[in-house]
Amino acid sequence: MLSDKIRSDFPILTRQVHGKSLVYLDNAATTQKPQAVIDALVGYYSGYNSNVHRGVHQLSQEATEAFEAVRRQLQTRINASESHEIILTKGTTDSLNLVAHGFRSILKPEDEIIVTQLEHHSNLVPWQMLAQHTGATLRYVPIDGRGVLDQAVYQSLLNERTKLVAFNHISNALGTINPVKAMTAAAHAVGAVVVVDGAQALPHSHVDVQDLDVDFYAGSAHKMYGPTGVGLLYGKTAWLETLPPYQGGGEMISEVAMDQSSYAGLPHKFEAGTPNIAGVIGWGAALSWMQQVGLEAIEAHEQALLAYGTERLLAIPGVKIYGVAPEKAAVLSFNVAGVHPYDVGTLLDQMGIAVRTGQHCTQPIMDCFGIPGTIRASLAAYTSREDLDALARGLEKAIALLA
Amino acid sequence: MESIAQREAAILEDFSFFDDWMDKYEHLIALGKELSPMSEEQKVEENQIKGCQSQVWLCAREEEGRVFFDADADAIITRGMIALLLRPVQGQAPVDIASYEFGFLDPLGLTAHLSPTRANGLLSMVKQIRLYGVAFQAKRG
Repeated sequence: MLSDKIRSDFPILTRQVHGKSLVYLDNAATTQKPQAVIDALVGYYSGYNSNVHRGVHQLSQEATEAFEAVRRQLQTRINASESHEIILTKGTTDSLNLVAHGFRSILKPEDEIIVTQLEHHSNLVPWQMLAQHTGATLRYVPIDGRGVLDQAVYQSLLNERTKLVAFNHISNALGTINPVKAMTAAAHAVGAVVVVDGAQALPHSHVDVQDLDVDFYAGSAHKMYGPTGVGLLYGKTAWLETLPPYQGGGEMISEVAMDQSSYAGLPHKFEAGTPNIAGVIGWGAALSWMQQVGLEAIEAHEQALLAYGTERLLAIPGVKIYGVAPEKAAVLSFNVAGVHPYDVGTLLDQMGIAVRTGQHCTQPIMDCFGIPGTIRASLAAYTSREDLDALARGLEKAIALLA
Repeated sequence: MESIAQREAAILEDFSFFDDWMDKYEHLIALGKELSPMSEEQKVEENQIKGCQSQVWLCAREEEGRVFFDADADAIITRGMIALLLRPVQGQAPVDIASYEFGFLDPLGLTAHLSPTRANGLLSMVKQIRLYGVAFQAKRG
């Protein structure tokens, strides 16, 4: 199995938790980091730490080259047509807020924004704030019992007043893979701009923004084996030129006088201040690591384990899985009849098993199912069959204790 | 009536018999099941402490200089923790409750249950218990 080959790349996977071997199944929250990423961070700070895009000295040159090389790596990774279409941000939330803020000066009170019930709060609250600021109306696409977006409702909501459509590529809470290309084409047919939260897609699958034809695409390094605090916003050149800057400061300007300034070109217009240089360089190492392992291999491994894990969990009496979309990423969101998810999570933790419990920042989904939350096991490239066996055994033990 | 310190000692004594986590949690779960549920009238929004992970309800009344608490939760381990947290303070004087530190949690290895990352409502509940102590103290002048 793939996991046998790569587990040793992750030093943290050998640690003990409460005296037991760690079983890490909270990858949708954040993935662990391979040694190559840790080495890149140490290498930067011990070898060429310096500020980027300024300074004529050698260290600044080296740091700038390493930093910009990652922008080009990301361009290749998502097949953007230009490297300046990759804006380096603090993460997905930051990226989505950048876009939402930019549209404050564009949307009018009669305009409509479409979001979905499947969104993480980070792809919901910025649009609520935008609607509040501009007077535009928010419309929602509901999900069905499988956790799949109702495409008929989506089609019916699209009209000439629709100016912006925001949805995720893959749901963090349920794993649903959304038909991004078709939804984007439908939005474009009424002239709406499309913003996609790709935080959960980039770790698991190939993403081609030109093929999908999305206008904006957001992601986070830390969910794809890279450091925390770094993310990307892809935007089509025309849109990035249209949007006003998000934050003012150094590096985003070309001329500064006391009364006004002119802004730098792309991508710097959106990158005010000293960026997370080490984080970006670490992300580059994560991208290389993923490429070396192979995206197809990762996807195939995770899908095989998803099927195995689903089977193991459903064999336990009382287990119900939430999110059974036909197109689904490696997320197992479930509950046990008569048992609160928090109790299960607490007992699993005592057994060294890390899962997430609660609402997963997706309260509207939990409200839809009428549940306080779920237990979520989310998989990664290094997840093994033994991890899922441990989860199933742990779950049986927890149920016995709680009965 | 037993003092807060005496009740703390009794809790520590109870737990001293458990040598692994399973026994400890079995006991917590049993305490959670034994905790008498709050009435539906008491389980209203103004008594609710919202956590992302589990919900807690707490209310208090004063009788002859003693404070009595009723509390509930939707998760059983949280209920068990509530039973433990209420045991030292139930029926004590407001002044003693206002400054109480719940020091027994640390030796029992249960402090993590009050960590903000758990978002289970217990940390807010502990603060609220002390606030009730302060409020009833002030009321009496």
